[in-house]
Amino acid sequence: MTYLQARGVVRSYGPTPALRGVNLDIAEGEVVAVTGPSGGGKSTLLHCLAGILRPDAGEVRWRGERIDTWSEAARSRLRRSTFGVLFQFGQLVAELTAAENVALPLLLAGTGRREARTAALTWLERLGVADLADNRPGEMSGGQQQRCATARALVTEPRVLFADEPTGALDTLTGEQVLTSLVRLAREQGTSVVLVTHEPRIAGYADREVVLRDGVVDHGGLGLETPLAGGRR
Amino acid sequence: MNSERVSVPHVLLGLLAAGPRHGYELKRAHDERLPQARPLAYGQVYASLGRLQRDGLVVAAGQEREGGPDRTAYALTDEGRAALNRWLAETELPMPYVSSTLFAKVAVALLVDDVDRTRSYLAAQRQAHTARLRELTAAKTALSASLDDVVAADYAIAHLDADLRWLQTTLDRVADWHREVHS
Repeated sequence: MTYLQARGVVRSYGPTPALRGVNLDIAEGEVVAVTGPSGGGKSTLLHCLAGILRPDAGEVRWRGERIDTWSEAARSRLRRSTFGVLFQFGQLVAELTAAENVALPLLLAGTGRREARTAALTWLERLGVADLADNRPGEMSGGQQQRCATARALVTEPRVLFADEPTGALDTLTGEQVLTSLVRLAREQGTSVVLVTHEPRIAGYADREVVLRDGVVDHGGLGLETPLAGGRR
Repeated sequence: MNSERVSVPHVLLGLLAAGPRHGYELKRAHDERLPQARPLAYGQVYASLGRLQRDGLVVAAGQEREGGPDRTAYALTDEGRAALNRWLAETELPMPYVSSTLFAKVAVALLVDDVDRTRSYLAAQRQAHTARLRELTAAKTALSASLDDVVAADYAIAHLDADLRWLQTTLDRVADWHREVHS
């Protein structure tokens, strides 16, 4: 089943075009790497698919339903209930412990405190950092923080996980361990993953690679798709 | 990718360092310690052992005959151990020549083809590299992977990763390069 669909997505920052008509389908449980040179539109595409940014033109659909026309509040609800987001720097809340950070999305969604903590501990355990549950981010290494952030992104058992250079700030081995856990756990629960990376090695974890170049999908270095604003497939 | 020839005799000396072994045990140990290496043929093992014996680096250390074929065990001599130590201590020349089929093909393609043909060759190669990278990543992240498998896959992945970066940069340079070659 197709989970996410982008059709002719266009997005500019002022006069600078970032996306110039992107078409992309992401299936249930699929792990897709979005790669390409800096400035090619990778992060902008991720933000549009996740409903964080609204495209200037084109459509974004979640299970067939157009979400780019939804209000900010409705998209925010969808993100909270259905999507998970993970960035290069974990962006944990510095004042909260690891367990509190991981429990946060559940608390925001109305889960009870005790239940949220139990789930948080389970996910910290799955990411191999259960012993750090009561530590604050300042007391953890970069890799440990990113494991916590991964637990926080997966604790709501999202249908799609958006990960933007999730290992970009980590050394090779640590990054690899984080990514192996992330992809394994996502696959176990059938979560689709949109993995933005500029590293070929990281793209090796995906089922499929989509190269973005100059704001369009580059089909194998040849025959760049004609940039257009319409909904051509 | 990297098609460098490994010195089989030195690897065999290394495998004998822990004690005498038969030819077939050496072949098995080789495949176990160096998974994903070009498979070692029995003939190669025996031919190498013959040369090592001739040069005094190994000696025959007893025979077993359990109704089966003749099985000679070989042991490392002092000279053999010295040769092994010398080999290990020798630093490998880092890329003494830029000689790779991949590189040569792209350079030749540029001479005989136009920019688009060269680009499509690079793109096809990029796809093949990516597919192999995915395969190796799946193998090393499998729950059943041993550390031998992981380390061997790491080596291949690091090289594929480097090739892929090169392929991408070259894709970006093809038009300029073609202009220079044909000017």
